[in-house]
Parts: sequence; C-alpha cells; structure tokens
Amino acid sequence: MHQFWEIISKADNVPIVIMLVLVCFFTWLSFREALKYDRARAEGKTVKQAVYAEEAGFPERVAVWPHLVRQEFLVAIGVTIFLMLWSIALDAPLEELANPNVTPNPSKAPWYFLGLQELLVYFDPWIAGVMLPNVIVVGLMAIPYIDINPKGSGYYTLRERPLAISIFLFGFLFLWVLMVCIGTFARGPGWLWFWPWQHWDVHRVVAETNIDFSDKFFGVDSASPMGFWIGLAAVALWFPAVMFPPLLLPSFRRSEFFQRLGIVRYLVFASLLATMLATPVKMILRIFLHVKYIWVTEWFNV
Amino acid sequence: MDVDALKKEVTTSQLWRSVMRHDLEDNPRTRVLKVMSNLFMHLHPVRIPRFGLYLKHTWCMGGITFFLFLVLTVTGTLLMFYYHPVKEAAYADIKYLEFDVPFGMLLRNMHRWAAHAMVISVWLHMYRVFMTGSYKPPREFNWVVGVLLLTLTMLLSFTGYLLTDDQLGFWAVTVGTNMARATPLLGHEGPFGDKLGMTPYNDIRFAMLGGSQVAGNALLRAYIWHCIALPLIVAVFISIHFWRVRKDGGISAPQ
Ligand code: HEM
Repeated sequence: MHQFWEIISKADNVPIVIMLVLVCFFTWLSFREALKYDRARAEGKTVKQAVYAEEAGFPERVAVWPHLVRQEFLVAIGVTIFLMLWSIALDAPLEELANPNVTPNPSKAPWYFLGLQELLVYFDPWIAGVMLPNVIVVGLMAIPYIDINPKGSGYYTLRERPLAISIFLFGFLFLWVLMVCIGTFARGPGWLWFWPWQHWDVHRVVAETNIDFSDKFFGVDSASPMGFWIGLAAVALWFPAVMFPPLLLPSFRRSEFFQRLGIVRYLVFASLLATMLATPVKMILRIFLHVKYIWVTEWFNV
Repeated sequence: MDVDALKKEVTTSQLWRSVMRHDLEDNPRTRVLKVMSNLFMHLHPVRIPRFGLYLKHTWCMGGITFFLFLVLTVTGTLLMFYYHPVKEAAYADIKYLEFDVPFGMLLRNMHRWAAHAMVISVWLHMYRVFMTGSYKPPREFNWVVGVLLLTLTMLLSFTGYLLTDDQLGFWAVTVGTNMARATPLLGHEGPFGDKLGMTPYNDIRFAMLGGSQVAGNALLRAYIWHCIALPLIVAVFISIHFWRVRKDGGISAPQ
C-alpha cells in the first residue's frame, strides 16, 4: 500500500483524485435526476411537469442582474479560495534539470494523456497516438449530427435516450477515465502492471510470449503472404461484422430508430461505433489470448 | 454630516455621471440597464431561462472553465515577467521564482493547479452538456466549437508542461511528441513515411519541435504556442461559444 500512497500523493496526481471524486458525484447526480424524471413521466406527467415538478409557479425567465451575476461572483470567489488553499497546501512539482541521457522509468505523458499512452500496450503508436486521438475528436464533433433523437433535449433522462447515454458513458468512463487511472496508478517501470500493494520493482521482468492473430487461430505465420491475407480479412471484416447484421433484420429496418437515421447516418454511426468497440476487443484479445497483432504488413501492423 | 446629501452630490456630479450611465436604484429598469450599459455585463442577456441558474443543470462547469481561463491568463502574464524561454535560463528562472520572487511559489502553484483544474472542468462541462442533451438542435454547432475548445485546452496544458525544463516536463513532452513520429505519411516511422522521404530531420515531429530532439527550439516553440498563439485562438473560440449560447436561445431547457 505504501507504493500506492506514494503515487496518489504525488502532487501532479492529486488532480486525478479530485477528478475521480467529481466524476462519481456528477454521474450519481445525473442518474438521480434522470430517474426522477423518468418516474414522473411514467406516472403520466408532461415533460415540463416532470422536469419542473418541484418548483411549479416559478417565473420561467429571471433577471440576470442580480440573480446570475450574484451566482457568478460567488462561484468566482469560491474557486479563488479553493485555488489559494490548494496552492498553499501543495507545491507544484519541479524535478531535476532536463537531461536527455537519464530516462526515468516509467516515462509518462501528462496525466490527461495517459489513457492514450495506456493504449500503446495494445496498439502501435500510429494507431494509439495518431489515429485514435483524431477519431475521438471527430467522433465527438459528430455526436449532434448522428444522435438526432429529438427527445431528452435540455433535461436528464435515461429512458428516452438509452443508446446515446450508454455509448457515451462507456466511452467516457471506461475508455477514457478508467484508462487514465490505469495509466497513472497501475503502470510502473517498463509499463508493467503493478497492483496498488506491489512495490515498483525496476528489475521486474515479465515473460510474455505474444503471438499474432493468424498464428493463434490458423497456425499460419503472420509474416507470410497467407498470414497477410488472413490479417487483412480479419481487419476488413470487423467493420461490416459490426455494421451490417442489424440491417439484415427487417424489423430493424422498419424501426423508428433506423427510419429516422437513414442509411448514410447509420453507416457513419456504425463505423464510428465499430472503431470504438475495436479498442476493448483488442484489449481482450491481448490480455486473455496474448494476441499481439491482428494484421502484419510490410508497412504497418494492426 | 449628511450622508444622503453627500451621496446625492456625488452621484449627480458630472464626473460620476460620465462613468455611470444610469442611477443605481434597485428597480426593474436599472436591473436591465446594469446589464445593457456595461461592456462586461452585456456579454449576458438581460434575462435568462431559469435553468441557467440551476447548479444541478449546469454544474457551473462552463463558467468555472472560463473563470479558470481568466485566472490562468493573469497568473501566466505575471509568470512571463520572470521567465526566459531559452535553455540557459528557463530552469533557473523557475528556481528563482520558487525561492526569491516574493510570492513566486504561490504564483507558480496557482498557475499549475488552475491549469489542471481547467482540464478537469472542461471534461466535466462536456459531460454535463451530454447528460442534459444540450447538444441537440439548435445547439449542434456550439457542441462542435466546444470540442475544439476541449482539444485546445489540452494542448495549452501540454505545451505548458515543457516550460519548466525539468525531467518531468521534458520526458512527458518527449513521450507525447514521439507519437508524431508514427504519423502515417508524415512521420518517419509512420506507415509509408519512408516512401515519402521522411527522416527524423524533415518529418512532422521535426516541424513541431524545430529539431530532431526536444531542445532549445522546442522550448521556444512551446513557449510561443503556450503564451501567444493558443490563448488567442482559445479566446476567439470562447467568444464564438458564448455568442452562440445566446443566439441559440440561452441555456437549454425542456421545451
Ligand atoms: C474552454 C472551454 C469552454 C468554456 C470556457 C465553455 C463555457 C461555456 C459556458 C460558460 C456555457 C454556459 C452554460 C454552462 O456553464 O454550462 C457553455 C455552454 C455550452 N457549452 Fe461550453 N465551454 C467550453 C467547452 C465546451 C466543450 C468541451 C463542449 C462540448 C464538447 C461545450 C459545449 C457547450 C454547449 C453545447 C453549451 C450550451 C449548453 C446549454 O445550452 O445548456 N463547451 N459553455
């Protein structure tokens, strides 16, 4: 536990602890509000009645002065005090002068990028460090144009947008926040996995034999031409395998969801989803089956 | 002394009235004027949907993010008085701040913790906008602007990390920028990079660092992005963001 305490109390990691507390709190708050709303709706209330349940009779619009301005100033003072106390209690870290010849082990990116660094275990840098960040940014921007469900605009609800919320929570809580925490708290020297109670032993060696996908499942050398084609097929088939099965179901094609989305939106949505899901799938393959690469080529590996 | 008479004397003087464009009686008219006739206040509308006041609806995270940006601008400007973005001086300047400059340590701490806090608050702001479904029409575009702000905020923080020129910053930025080597086509270790003639001396990482190593040029580039370019870009996008919050009808609320 000593080791864990040491990491947690490192000045630059304190923000992560604060973030975790806030993320838990706000997740709880959103769920509480959403459940309250959903229950009121189930009892037959209108949207407005359900949201405004507690404050019926309040004016809908309020004067900015003094109501909002007062709130802004109070929050500004509160944040200032909080920052002051934090800055008095805890000093910003400053290590030795930069030295290209002394590599710390582990070398870590700033904490907010550790989710991406953690993905380096599972993907080559051109995917984890270049493609995925870009896909994340573009995918986030695309959300309002993909999720065209008109319900749930401006209030909390789970029942009216279950799909959107589950996908977002999975991405934000598991693929982002959890990966940041793993990268910070569980990765020690050599980027090996250390439990909180384990000492970060610099000399620890873990014998790990990873084999490639075509080797593992077909017994074909991944560097051979045949291995190349098997890998290509596996990667190329992953996307249609996620995207097309629902389209084969007439009931899905007739569903309100699909009718509203249309085929183009659906395909964009499904390909982004397939990319997102590829991450945990590759992690599972790697952790439980020791699969290193799916597709090995002369120019890059996937 | 008659305080009321004095107050009247002051508030009806030419000097006072040249600054304050209206009286300060608390009535509906001055409440409107207070917002309309002040540059900073008039970033607000005069009236807002009641939802804008609810902490359980906004979590106040957009506002806190903006306030932290202001704190960072002020503390950052003060830090710039003491900091030289050259290899010979940078690290010593930080030591100087810590040990010699009055309140230098506090200044540095405030800047650092506000930066971390801003990264957190901007994530949480996005989280709340998602959970309340506030990116739905007509607010789609403002969500896109927001995602840009999120990216820029993290880049701001990242470029600042290098400036202390210590082991922590140096290796964090080395690890981060090493990724750029692997950029497809544009990095010398990326897919097809060598086909395009990429080497460590002409690829995208070289362009970012101004060299093949994280060294003096990288420090200067990080400094200029961190202190000039990115803050200006962020300021422009925040302006668009706030403008759109108003034009899109204020804070979202159930229709
Ligand atoms: C530097 C970063 C940012 C600043 C300073 C900022 C500031 C604000 C402020 C002050 C508001 C008013 C309501 C509130 O406080 O919640 C707001 C609303 C909004 N923000 Fe941001 N924001 C930032 C980043 C983002 C990000 C990352 C997103 C989403 C990805 C986003 C999307 C939105 C949207 C859609 C609204 C309208 C919400 C509504 O009407 O309820 N913003 N922003």
